[in-house]
Amino acid sequence: MALSDKDRIFTNLYGIHHWGLKEARRRGNWDGTAGIIAKGRDWIIEEMKQSGLRGRGGAGFPTGLKWSFMPKESPDGRPSYLVVNCDESEPGTCKDRDIIRNDPHTLIEGCLIAGVAMGAHAGYIYVRGEYYNEHLVLQAAIDEAYEAGLLGPNAAGSGWDFNLYVHRGAGAYICGEETALIESLEGKKGMPRLKPPFPAAVGLYGCPTTVNNVETIAVVPEILRRGASWFASFGRPKNSGTKVFCIQGHVNKPCNVEAEMSIPMRELIERYAGGVRGGWDNLLAVIPGGSSTPLLPKHICDDVLMDFDALREHKSGLGTAGVIVMDKSTDIIKAIARLADFYKHESCGQCTPCREGMGWQKRLMARMVEGRAELEEIDVLESVTRQIEGHTICALADGGVWPVQGLIRHFRPVMEERIAAYKAKRAGGTVPLAAE
Amino acid sequence: MSAPQHQEPVSFAFDEESEAQIVKILKRYPETKKASGVIPLLYVVQKQMGRQTGSAWVPRVAMDQVALRLGMAPIRVYEVASFYFMFNTKPIGRHHLQVCGTTPCWLRGSDEVLRACKDAGRLKGYGDTSEDGLFTLTEVECLGACVNAPILQVDDDYYEDLDYDSAVKLIEALKRGERPEPGSAKGRLCSAPEGGPETLLDIPLAEEK
Repeated sequence: MALSDKDRIFTNLYGIHHWGLKEARRRGNWDGTAGIIAKGRDWIIEEMKQSGLRGRGGAGFPTGLKWSFMPKESPDGRPSYLVVNCDESEPGTCKDRDIIRNDPHTLIEGCLIAGVAMGAHAGYIYVRGEYYNEHLVLQAAIDEAYEAGLLGPNAAGSGWDFNLYVHRGAGAYICGEETALIESLEGKKGMPRLKPPFPAAVGLYGCPTTVNNVETIAVVPEILRRGASWFASFGRPKNSGTKVFCIQGHVNKPCNVEAEMSIPMRELIERYAGGVRGGWDNLLAVIPGGSSTPLLPKHICDDVLMDFDALREHKSGLGTAGVIVMDKSTDIIKAIARLADFYKHESCGQCTPCREGMGWQKRLMARMVEGRAELEEIDVLESVTRQIEGHTICALADGGVWPVQGLIRHFRPVMEERIAAYKAKRAGGTVPLAAE
Repeated sequence: MSAPQHQEPVSFAFDEESEAQIVKILKRYPETKKASGVIPLLYVVQKQMGRQTGSAWVPRVAMDQVALRLGMAPIRVYEVASFYFMFNTKPIGRHHLQVCGTTPCWLRGSDEVLRACKDAGRLKGYGDTSEDGLFTLTEVECLGACVNAPILQVDDDYYEDLDYDSAVKLIEALKRGERPEPGSAKGRLCSAPEGGPETLLDIPLAEEK
């Protein structure tokens, strides 16, 4: 059974209606917010745990549990902060953009409730710099909320004071990493911090901080209104809820859509995105959850479910649920090489394995696209990616090598053919092997 | 930073419009954490340069003004200005054509958008500024609008669902001094599928309170 509109949280994902407060209220936002808050911090966190919500920014960490790490009270007078991650820069991901431009009040109401749950009186929404027009809408929606008494002192009549600010980034993928985001918000280069200490202990301005993705926060009010069991009724256990998927690439009708978790990939693509260009049998591979998640060849796509655990079983992941579909016309090596370029461009340069490794990987992948390599270099490439992985402060380098590992895992014969073809064309010629 | 290869202005002062923005910006951060305002203030500079000179960039003397205003060492501001991709540390054309070339856009034909920019904008390639000073061409990484790929960002605006012809048409309009409405070239409603939304058509609306 397909998800019906009555069970969709983002009722204005496409902007059919106006984003403003008056219309948002008619769609059910800000309904009984003070009553929810009156149930208290412990109830909110417990309900979030029961709902099974896992973070929608890519890592899938249980949200209720994350909130529970925040200190109950501040012994030394440091305030707590909520920081919302709207840096949305993972290639293939464009869901938060729709939330802030078309359904901003879901997020703003969520910020207030999350603020209460973590004892924060202030929140910052960090919006990627490129979302200029979108951030104007979000700011206007926040201004409206202040005017209506939904933010500020005694926000929404809850007795809780809460201020909310928008902060724009300036074009750096790394700032989607939570500690880099905090650095950036403090006015520095976006370079990740070592953990521990974790942000819940030492975050923004040295204060307890929780960083959550936009979608994670924006689904909170509706979960609390309808109950944890309603949300948990969608998807498989530990993978529950509804989720905004971004279906793109070689499909007939690319789109964003909110669907139930654990929906079969094929059903997702065929029901909502008009199917694969040229039919399902024309499918080559799918990157299931944004650029960092390794691609899956067609035979896995045939029956895989779209959730955290099912995709992990196939050594990939749900990530941000940016579903990048590639049909048989795709030069799969080039598609992945372009991602290698991306990670090279976005490495902050702090850790040596990433700074040097992303460049090395990019150069070798460029040769693999041509086939200007030796067969053994496929193994060299694989082995170097293993040495980069897990040896850096943050996960950018991991996300940078996983797509290449996925390519080798599933499309090694294509790489070998490319090399053979290159050699055949230059029969007898030598191939330059020096690092370049 | 290395010695600039271009003409740097000898001075910079915030104009009235910028000053009004700065007042609003600094209210967002704790009194002792003014450095948080560095990215917003660099944007203020870049916008003001665009207004005043037709080229939206951040000269070194302006970075010094930002440092002064926020009580930061100038080097901290230079670091930020050079770390973040969206700050132009040298002059650019009137319009900044930013082609997304990352895989989701590439799969949907970003090479054609690039070709259109070169042909219609009379640009040699990435990094080039046209002789008339109207356009600068830059390749950018994923813009986060992938279901509307391929994307061309012109200054602050996203133009989506492009192909060669629609991109040429857009650039020709810019040359005539027009500013077409941003969004989908195929008439799509935001991220809804082509042909119109197939979900969210049945949303009950409560009576206005």
